[in-house]
Parts: sequence; C-alpha cells; structure tokens
Amino acid sequence: MNGITMDQWLKMVPDSVVNLPEGLRNLLFQLYQTFIAADRWKWFLNGLKITFAVTIGALILGVIIGLLIAVVRTAHDSRRMGKSNIILSILNAVCKLYLTVIRGTPMMVQLLIMGFVIMVPKDDTARLVCGIVTLGINSGAYVAEIVRGGLMSVNPGQMEAGRSLGLNYAQTMRLIVIPQAIKNILPALGNEMITLLKDTSLVSVIALRDVTKQAQNIVSNTYQAYVPYVSLAIIYLVLVIILTKLLGIFERRLRESDRR
Amino acid sequence: MIDVKNLHKSFGNHEVLKGVNEHIEKGEKVVVIGPSGSGKSTFLRCLNLLEEPTGGEIIFEGQNITAKDTDINLVRRRMGMVFQQFNLFPHLTVRENIKLAPVKLKVMTDEEADKRALELLARVGLPDKADSYPAQLSGGQQQRIAIARALAMNPDVMLFDEPTSALDPEMVGEVLEIMKELADDGMTMVVVTHEMGFAREVATRVLFMDGGNIVEQNEPKEFFANPQHPRLKDFLSKVL
Repeated sequence: MNGITMDQWLKMVPDSVVNLPEGLRNLLFQLYQTFIAADRWKWFLNGLKITFAVTIGALILGVIIGLLIAVVRTAHDSRRMGKSNIILSILNAVCKLYLTVIRGTPMMVQLLIMGFVIMVPKDDTARLVCGIVTLGINSGAYVAEIVRGGLMSVNPGQMEAGRSLGLNYAQTMRLIVIPQAIKNILPALGNEMITLLKDTSLVSVIALRDVTKQAQNIVSNTYQAYVPYVSLAIIYLVLVIILTKLLGIFERRLRESDRR
Repeated sequence: MIDVKNLHKSFGNHEVLKGVNEHIEKGEKVVVIGPSGSGKSTFLRCLNLLEEPTGGEIIFEGQNITAKDTDINLVRRRMGMVFQQFNLFPHLTVRENIKLAPVKLKVMTDEEADKRALELLARVGLPDKADSYPAQLSGGQQQRIAIARALAMNPDVMLFDEPTSALDPEMVGEVLEIMKELADDGMTMVVVTHEMGFAREVATRVLFMDGGNIVEQNEPKEFFANPQHPRLKDFLSKVL
C-alpha cells in the first residue's frame, strides 16, 4: 500500500522528468504518491462524499432545529404582558438550556461524547448518522440565534397586518414573517454553512472517513505530509468559494422585490 | 354592531384605557380624535384585539369577542384594519398582498380572489399596479393598496388607525378620497385621525378621547361648533 520508492518511480517516468531540478522532481513524485499511486484520488473522492453527506445532513437538521427553537423563543418573547402560557415557558426554558450547553462546549468535545458515550456507533452507517446528528445539533444552536435575529428584524407591523386579516400566528409566521426574515438572515446563514462545511473535518475523531481523514490516511501511508495536506486545504477552499458564489446568486434573486 | 363595555387596558402599571363605554351602530362612521397619549389608537386596536383588553367586554355582532373561547381569527375576518405605516407585505406583489388572506383562509378560490383583487384595485384607482411591489409605490398608493387589501375579506367594519399620519401632505387627499367613497357605499367605519376636515365632512359621529376615556361626543356639526368640555375646547383651539 505504500506505493513505490522514488527510485522505482524514476524508472517509470520519461527522461524529461528525471532531468528536472530536484525540488520540482520531488514535488511531482509526491503528487504521484498522493493522487495516482494506489488510486488515491479515489480516497479523496470517497472522503468528499462523506464530507458532503455530513454537511448537507447536518445543515438540514440544523436549520430545522434552529427554526423550531427560533420560533419558540420569538413566540415566548413577543408574548403579551401578563399573559402566561406554561407550555411555552417550559419549551423556552428547554431551548435556552440547549443553546447554553451547545454553544458553551467545543464541537470536538460534543463529537467525542456523542461518538463514545451516547450513540457509540458500530458501523459506517451508524457513524455517518452520529456525525450528522452531532453536527446538526451543534449547528442548530447557532442557526437558532441567527433566525431569531432575523425574525426580530421584521417590523412588528407585519405580524399585526397578517393577524388583522384573520390569519393565525403560524400562518402569519410562515407566509409573511419568515419569508422576509430569510432575506435578512441569508448572509449569516451562509456563514454558518461555510463554518459547518469546515467543521465536518472534525468527524474523523469518531472514525468517520471524511476527506480530512482520508488525507491523514494518505500521509500515514506515504510518510509525506506536504502535498496531501496542502491539497486538502485547497479542496476546502474551492468548496467554500463555490458555496459563497452560489449564496451570492441566491441572495440577489431574493432581493428582486426590493428593486425600485 | 359593536358594543364596548367598561373597557380597560393597561401596559404594565400604565393605565391607558379607563373604562370606555361605547356603542357603534351598523353603517355609522365614527371618527375618534384626541391628543396623543389619550388612548384613541389603543381603543381602536382593542376592537379587533390587536391589543388585549385587561378588563371589560367587547360585543361584536352579538358575539362577546373578549370571551376565552372566541376564535379571534374568525372575528378578524369581518373587521378590516388599515395602519398608519401601511404594513403592506414587501415580499409580495400588490396582487398577492390583496389575495393572500382570502386564498389562504380558503374563503375564495385563486380565480375569485384574482378577480376581486383587480376589482378592488380599480376601486382605489390603481388598476395598473397589480404586479408592482410595494417598494415601487408612493406612500399614498401604498395606503390605498392597504385599504384594498383590508376590503378583500369583505369585512363588516373597517378600522382606520391614523391612516394619513405617515403620508406626505400632497398624498393625504387621495387616501381620504377613497375613504370617503367607502363611507358613501355604506361601510361601517371607525377612524382614528387628525384630519378634522374628514371628521367634519364624513363622520356621523365624532368622539373626543382624553386621559383614557371618551369625554365628549356629538354629531360633527355640533361637535365642532359647540364644544362643551374644557379639554375639547382647548384641543380644538389648538388644531383648528
């Protein structure tokens, strides 16, 4: 699995490569070792699949959790004075506890606890689920605060106008307040997506073979760290740049109604 | 049509309404005036429970809407409201603004609501703005759309909360004109306003509120020509 030695490699390649300056030749050999030998490009590819699966899964879970918590917190905070609702108060307390615990502990520690104390996954699928759930729960806490800020940024008159037409609280939220809040929270939410994508690199601690874990494997196989890790950084960078562009396009489309 | 009995409203320790009693008949155009902080907006907003009264009763079309088991959403369908700040939905076109409630509450099909929206737009004089967004319209136009939106649910009564106070002076007229037409069509209206001309011309009854209560009321001619209460005399001397 270690591939081949430098000498074996030099016999395989054309003379023009052999005659290159040593530094450049070394780099080419490392690139060969990292990507071509033992079809290691497939390792990256397989790792990327896990990275994407965890990112998308955690994102969906995070947005659902975040939205629910934000709505509970907003409903609780915008309640009329002197009118109490026991269920809402309990839910609000639970949400606050969740936010405090999740935002108050490192993601790495949360992964360790989920992976080795709470869920203890035994196979690849279970590990993937564990990764998605942990990151989703983590992201949910941050999304919740982002969404809450967005909901509060919508003029209270919008809620009143909706309610005055006979729509109930949930309908007004869904049809009037949330669509407007989304516009306001999209930049922050995009930021959270980018953070989430990069945070998936931590799932290697629960033995999930994401792209970071694969790069580590390549390093331990080739005893060379330079090219695998720099390539890894470039992969994340390219993904983030693509994501940023997509968000920009999405944002512009949402802003259409603001045009005069 | 609307019966208000001993209505109280406090915000924390601050008592805004101190036991208001009022009866509004079908077809009446009631204009509420008074200095700021007198509770006139709060009174209006209590009528459709945008503010929840802390005491008293409101009977609307024979139903006690302040009772615990009342579905206020059903009641509000029969009460249109127009706000000082228009509160149009900026993410929706004018047509969608008007159609939203009738369609989502399933009182009209999409086609019916569309027809109704165009009808109402013609009525408020903006038939060509159906596909514009609120941000593309002037304040006066936005308020006229807001009136159309409130009318879309075919309410039995229209509540106006200082509908012209946020408008540039040259746009006040167009909104008052629409309200006048609405009054002529027989709509029951409760209007909180500072437009004394409108009160004089359109109202069937003018209420003067001060310090959380209605201190004087009369038909407009007498109300303006012959005020009794010293606070009203003082108020009118400042605004007229």
